[in-house]
Amino acid sequence: MKTFKIGGVHPHDNKQYSAGKAIQQVPLPKQAIIPLVQHIGAPAKPVVQKGDEVKVGQLIAEPGGFVSAGIHSPVSGKVLKIDEAVDAWGMKMQAIYINVEGDEWEESIDRSDKLVRQCALTSQEIIKKVAAAGIVGLGGACFPTQVKLSVPPGKKAEVLIINGVECEPFLTCDHQLMMEHTDEIIVGITILKKALRVEHAIVGIENNKPDAIEKMRQAAAKTTGIEIMPLKLRYPQGGEKQLIDACTGRQVPSGGLPIDVGAVVDNVATVYAVYQAVQKNKPLISRVMTVTGPSVENPGNYEVRFGTPLNDVLAAAGGIPEDTGKIIGGGPMMGRAMSNTDMCSNKRVSGLLLLPESMSVRQAPQACIRCAKCVQACPMGLEPYLLSKMAAHQMWDELIEHNIMDCIDCGCCMFTCPSYRPLLDYIRMGKGKAGGILRARAAEAKAKAEAEKAKAETAAAKA
Amino acid sequence: MDLTVIYYSIGILGILGLLAAVVLYVVAQKFKVEEDPRIEQVEGVLPQANCGGCGFPGCHGFATHCVQSDSMDGLLCPVGGQPVMSQIAEILGRAAVAADPMVAVVRCNGTCEARPRNNRYDGTQTCQIVHSLYIGETGCGYGCLGCGDCVRACQFDAIHINPTTGIAEVDEEKCTSCGACVKACPRTLIELRKKGPKNRRMVVMCRNMDKGAVAKKACANACIGCMKCQKVCAFDAITIDKNLSYIDFTKCKLCRKCEEACPTGAIHAVNFPPRKPKTEAPAAPKAETAAKPAVATEKPIVAPKAPAAEAAPTAAAAPVVTEAPAKPDTTVVTSSVETAATPAAPAEPTNK
Repeated sequence: MKTFKIGGVHPHDNKQYSAGKAIQQVPLPKQAIIPLVQHIGAPAKPVVQKGDEVKVGQLIAEPGGFVSAGIHSPVSGKVLKIDEAVDAWGMKMQAIYINVEGDEWEESIDRSDKLVRQCALTSQEIIKKVAAAGIVGLGGACFPTQVKLSVPPGKKAEVLIINGVECEPFLTCDHQLMMEHTDEIIVGITILKKALRVEHAIVGIENNKPDAIEKMRQAAAKTTGIEIMPLKLRYPQGGEKQLIDACTGRQVPSGGLPIDVGAVVDNVATVYAVYQAVQKNKPLISRVMTVTGPSVENPGNYEVRFGTPLNDVLAAAGGIPEDTGKIIGGGPMMGRAMSNTDMCSNKRVSGLLLLPESMSVRQAPQACIRCAKCVQACPMGLEPYLLSKMAAHQMWDELIEHNIMDCIDCGCCMFTCPSYRPLLDYIRMGKGKAGGILRARAAEAKAKAEAEKAKAETAAAKA
Repeated sequence: MDLTVIYYSIGILGILGLLAAVVLYVVAQKFKVEEDPRIEQVEGVLPQANCGGCGFPGCHGFATHCVQSDSMDGLLCPVGGQPVMSQIAEILGRAAVAADPMVAVVRCNGTCEARPRNNRYDGTQTCQIVHSLYIGETGCGYGCLGCGDCVRACQFDAIHINPTTGIAEVDEEKCTSCGACVKACPRTLIELRKKGPKNRRMVVMCRNMDKGAVAKKACANACIGCMKCQKVCAFDAITIDKNLSYIDFTKCKLCRKCEEACPTGAIHAVNFPPRKPKTEAPAAPKAETAAKPAVATEKPIVAPKAPAAEAAPTAAAAPVVTEAPAKPDTTVVTSSVETAATPAAPAEPTNK
């Protein structure tokens, strides 16, 4: 059985709490707060105003640039205001507040459960529809999907890889989606294949989900060109570059994109959203979230409309247990503990993990013993002990030289460290700083080039 | 034993050594770097802290610049201060330029009572990291995080976290205004301000740029941008930008009117004697003010705080920052990798 070659760790998957729980609907909120930044790239620009009536699925914010995504109203009602809101970590962001009234949908949306297999659209039309539906990668990074599908000139997509790995411990939302919407996902894959003009698609699923592998295999047998590939359990297999390595044996170069090795990777939840957008005209207004934890009353998988306060989601799962020490947005490896559960669900939050105090306490860090376990564990081939030291000493240029921007924040280094050193804390901070420096440099170089160009033009005009 | 081998080797090594010495001498003479002897003199006067507070790379760099520049304008060794600068001026035969002594000021007065915690952070105790992760343990995204990046940056042991307030405090006597803490603070809370006559000065002890209501909710002592101070200021010293007041220390005449006008007590008058009690509310805690005459910390002398002290009980009800989490106090924030990194605990269920 295949897996990726470099690094990786094997945390206990802990999926028993919510695995196999049918997807439930969380009731509509009284007020939805919809942030304008739910994706990587430029913030969306609101197209509604205070007092406007909106329906479910109506566009309320348009993309703010090429790498950006539109936002559709997940509820029907009246726009209360466009104002600042606070996210789960206390940071400010712009958001649209909608007072919910009833549940009135746009007429163009097909809300039936009927499976639509035929798709007569061309590649361009599919990409247009995906863009119009505001679809972003639901695996966690929230990269706008239409950008991924628009293969840049000079490059060619050879294989489509579908991420059904869900390597993050505790989370089961993708697993349940594959179980309940198998056929829709298969149709979604054929649509994406058409959009990318590729013949071959590989669905990578870790072998701790044998039922999903079996069910997807049966559904895929009805069509051609879709291979279901069971993968050996290993974290972070769901990382884009790791998955490409596991499925095809190709390695994305440092600083490169998957398309450099002819691959495009999409998550199963994204594929399902593509199916709904293309075949049912339904934009991205909800997602499946896992609410789980050892002491949660009703751990399970919940379909949540964006804008629903996380408190409502937690209430649907039986409230916050007494012994909760940390509430983590996402899984235990990559997620971040939250300080504010007033915040609303959005495209980014794939799960809520409620860890009891006993499981969430940090061990006191001790001195590095130079065992190099972090180096062995790093799936990107970096040297985490060195990077964290450099970040602590604020050596930003050296960090850039040592490829800190390749770090995928997977946390393998910190998981494996026998001295409990806070490696990722420093690396993440360093990555933020180094990224800022690189962006500033790029902007400077661009401005300089433009100034020189303008100078040359004026000189030419004079001559 | 035949000693000739030893004699030969001594002889050859000796000749080689001599040759090398001659070559080195010639090279040293030929490529001699002429340095102004005054640079060494100036360097001798400097404190050799190599803190970079002057804006040059170490004391040698500063000395070189002093000798090479034409006047003493804008040159100041913050550590040595005026005495060192006049000594340098003497060496160089120039007139010394008087510079105002400066001091670092931590512009936050969000004490534990005014700015209650609503979560607990158990990650790496570094302000840089907390700041990059989230808002911090309180509801204020601008205030002191109390992890002590500035304390570690200070070479003169002049800044410490006050354990009762959780805020960094500057020891005025030790502070050399080198600016290391200013660079270290990720929230740009620390500013170098004029020490002022008799060390007296007015400071807006807040950096919260939220709208008034939001700021007040997060911290009872926050500047709410109400503009009252700006209105009472007769010297145009106060500007309000992004809901935050700022006192220009070059214009401030220390009249203390703004301090009286401030409804939240965000403006502090430092090192002033206690006010005469005639205008004061009866509850004014005079004893407290008298207790600390020349203590060189940023503690305000209390008189004008009387209105703020009255306001405190009403404000105390407000500062619940996140209402909804059922257990806001138990929510701990860190990047959570380490939670799974205690493999024993997550593995338990299968062992059973």
